[in-house]
Amino acid sequence: MEHPPVIDFATDFDHTDEAWVADPYPIMEDLRERCPIAHSERYGGMWAPMTHATVSAIANDTEHFTSRTVVINEGRPGDEAPPAPIGVAPPISSDPPFHEVARRLLLPAFAPRPVNALEGFSRELCNQLLDDMGDADVINASLQYTQHIPVGLIAKMVGLPPEDGDLFRSFVHEIIEAVDLPVEERIERFAPIEAYIVKLIEDHRENPADDLITYLLNAEIAGTKLLDEHVFGTIVLLIVAGIDTTWSAIGSSLWHLAQNPDDLARLVAHPELIPSAIEEFLRAYAPVTMARLVKEDFEFEGCPMKKDDWILLSFPAANRDPEFFDNADQVLIDREINRHSAFGLGIHRCLGSNLARLEMLVAIEEFIARFPKFELADPAAVTFSQGQVRGPRSLPIRILERA
Amino acid sequence: MKIHLDTTKCQGHGRCYSLAPELFDCDDLGTAVVLVTGDLDDEQLKKATLAAGNCPEFAIEIGD
Repeated sequence: MEHPPVIDFATDFDHTDEAWVADPYPIMEDLRERCPIAHSERYGGMWAPMTHATVSAIANDTEHFTSRTVVINEGRPGDEAPPAPIGVAPPISSDPPFHEVARRLLLPAFAPRPVNALEGFSRELCNQLLDDMGDADVINASLQYTQHIPVGLIAKMVGLPPEDGDLFRSFVHEIIEAVDLPVEERIERFAPIEAYIVKLIEDHRENPADDLITYLLNAEIAGTKLLDEHVFGTIVLLIVAGIDTTWSAIGSSLWHLAQNPDDLARLVAHPELIPSAIEEFLRAYAPVTMARLVKEDFEFEGCPMKKDDWILLSFPAANRDPEFFDNADQVLIDREINRHSAFGLGIHRCLGSNLARLEMLVAIEEFIARFPKFELADPAAVTFSQGQVRGPRSLPIRILERA
Repeated sequence: MKIHLDTTKCQGHGRCYSLAPELFDCDDLGTAVVLVTGDLDDEQLKKATLAAGNCPEFAIEIGD
């Protein structure tokens, strides 16, 4: 569906608008001063809070806001959307008390120790991708590097054929980027994704493996195996949430370094600063925006919210709030105090945050060790994704020096 | 001064045990666990303050 261009984001907010996709930060700043909760009749009605305080309050309020659907798209979901507590993709779409049960099933696999055991695999993967670039002067870091790293890790953990990477990325596009399409078309486009995952589950039933799909098929809640739709929804979640998010985070980090040679030189000389730089990149270029639905008519911060109104929960906006961060608009790679919310706040904290951090660390360490100097080959050719995940989807980089 | 961790607020972001592994660890779910429950020396206090200041959920307080 073609959306008319937004004239005023305060009253006609649309996160798929070209101006927002190109550079959302000045718009956030303007809205923060004027609103700070923007409104829109688009998508059947939507509110977009722009301050850390309001984003945090909503993320922590499961009484008035539900996670039943977390990807804003055309039309209000109404009562026909799969109900909480389970939702379409547990636990991200689940509310308490079921949420905690579904989340506990997955937490151990994504805790620091099992995730850190994947460091060697991650380094091999990154080095293989760097080797594959050959001696080209200009590479597309998004297409040749960043997009493959999360696919490799998620495929290994979940139990997906790694050669189907392109397919998973197309799933992600259909589910979370093509949100301005009519609902019927979105449903139609989901059919092949559903068929693929159903087959994947059948294959795992026949041939169990040491991966998360097999784990989910064997898992029990209170002595009962998980419902088929629970297993299916969680696999969709792991594919969608685990791929373009980290792809975006690594891409935005390299995009920053390509434009800030002083920061790049500093990290090359002092790799021990990379972890704090990563936290700052996560703050300043937080890739993920979540969503909630208003449960019942309710007034929040003076806004008359209606049942089933969408809430665009912009962690990127919270992370740029000058009321909460000193020098919020500056990227300071040695920022000491950094309570950013790139991985969300409250009970839905990103399950894969340890994995994302490992991937970012290894990807950036290996890239700058191989290419200690690089720049954007053509700033105008850099493109960003549309929707609730933001990151570079084309990132041509000129290599200026090789190790 | 001691570390006070509110486990009802901790969501397992993992900032404390990354920044101050000598003071914090985690359980199998990634929830923070305090390793040093007694009074902190100066060096520990510095690290604990850093960990507290980086907790997105405000789950750590340093006090008596």
